[in-house]
Amino acid sequence: MAATPSMTSLTNSAISDRPFVEAQSSGGEVADYFALLKPRVMALVIFTALVGMTVSPSHVNPVIGAISLLMIAVGAGASGCLNMWWDADIDAVMTRTRTRPIPAGRIQPGEALSFGLTLSVGSVLVLGLAANWLSAGLLAFTIVFYAVIYSMWLKRATAQNIVIGGAAGALPPMIGQAVVTGTVGIESTILFLIIFIWTPPHFWALALVKAGEYARAGIPMMPNVAGPDSTRRQIVAYSAVLAPLGLAPVALGFGGLIYGVVGLVGGLAMLGLSVQVLRRRDGEAANKAAMSLFGFSILYLFLLFSALLAEQGLGLFRPVLG
Amino acid sequence: MSAVPKQLTPEEIQRRRKRSVAIALVLAALVAIFYVLTIAKLGPQVLNRPL
Repeated sequence: MAATPSMTSLTNSAISDRPFVEAQSSGGEVADYFALLKPRVMALVIFTALVGMTVSPSHVNPVIGAISLLMIAVGAGASGCLNMWWDADIDAVMTRTRTRPIPAGRIQPGEALSFGLTLSVGSVLVLGLAANWLSAGLLAFTIVFYAVIYSMWLKRATAQNIVIGGAAGALPPMIGQAVVTGTVGIESTILFLIIFIWTPPHFWALALVKAGEYARAGIPMMPNVAGPDSTRRQIVAYSAVLAPLGLAPVALGFGGLIYGVVGLVGGLAMLGLSVQVLRRRDGEAANKAAMSLFGFSILYLFLLFSALLAEQGLGLFRPVLG
Repeated sequence: MSAVPKQLTPEEIQRRRKRSVAIALVLAALVAIFYVLTIAKLGPQVLNRPL
């Protein structure tokens, strides 16, 4: 479907008195192109991929590791760029996203598409040359999964959009491990599962508060389709799975004492905040509970991965079992 | 329809210059990446060859 007519007409209205204008070049700043890459998501991807590298039972040349991380970040940014190109019509009607470069008219949709495709192909090729073709293949799969499967299909088609689409955000640790070992092991598979199960309670907490905006944009988020109460129950269910899953690295021996404490306390807090979301269903208290869960979920994931990084990267690992 | 070349404003020219500089920096970074990658993968012996 066409994602751009509203944008194009906005831009064209300002120049409609001219008989013909050459192919529109961008008036965008360099910062606008950088914004297309969703830098905060890129930072998260670098972080989780780095953790995937550090928990791996071998080492990689630091230069190759650094270049690989950069390419994973660029690939993630490219998929974000393609997502912004496709979703420009949705972004234009949501307050959180209407100032993005395309809906704001600072960058033409075609430019974003070219930019995203170029970076996608480039990042996959360089990662393949730098590390190995398994990691490059996984990066390519991640980009296609996010840009095509999630953005173009699932997001507008099913309330399970972010559940299935969450796989794209969960893959970077696997790519990181593939860079180091040339294969995908149990460590990065567990990290994949943690991010995958973390995604629904994280996004649905926000969707409960922003349900009106998603409805206006025509996005079938869970609160709009199954209703807020069903969403709240599902948030608790996912958190109940996430809390013990978060401790799996300890059981498998690559998470130590620090990680165990963070995982236990954080998992219980996630579950507690989810129950609060279930109990407080009306008014400002409901929004506050949902936003508390949303905010804490980010902190929880960050702390889990930071603990692994500290233990494996800084030598702070103290075994809990055995 | 006759084509009318678009007259760029001074601000647009300045933004275009900044974009050009950014592209140049990215290309230079790519050159550096491929250079250090070659050394890292093949080792310093890659430079030691008969002329």
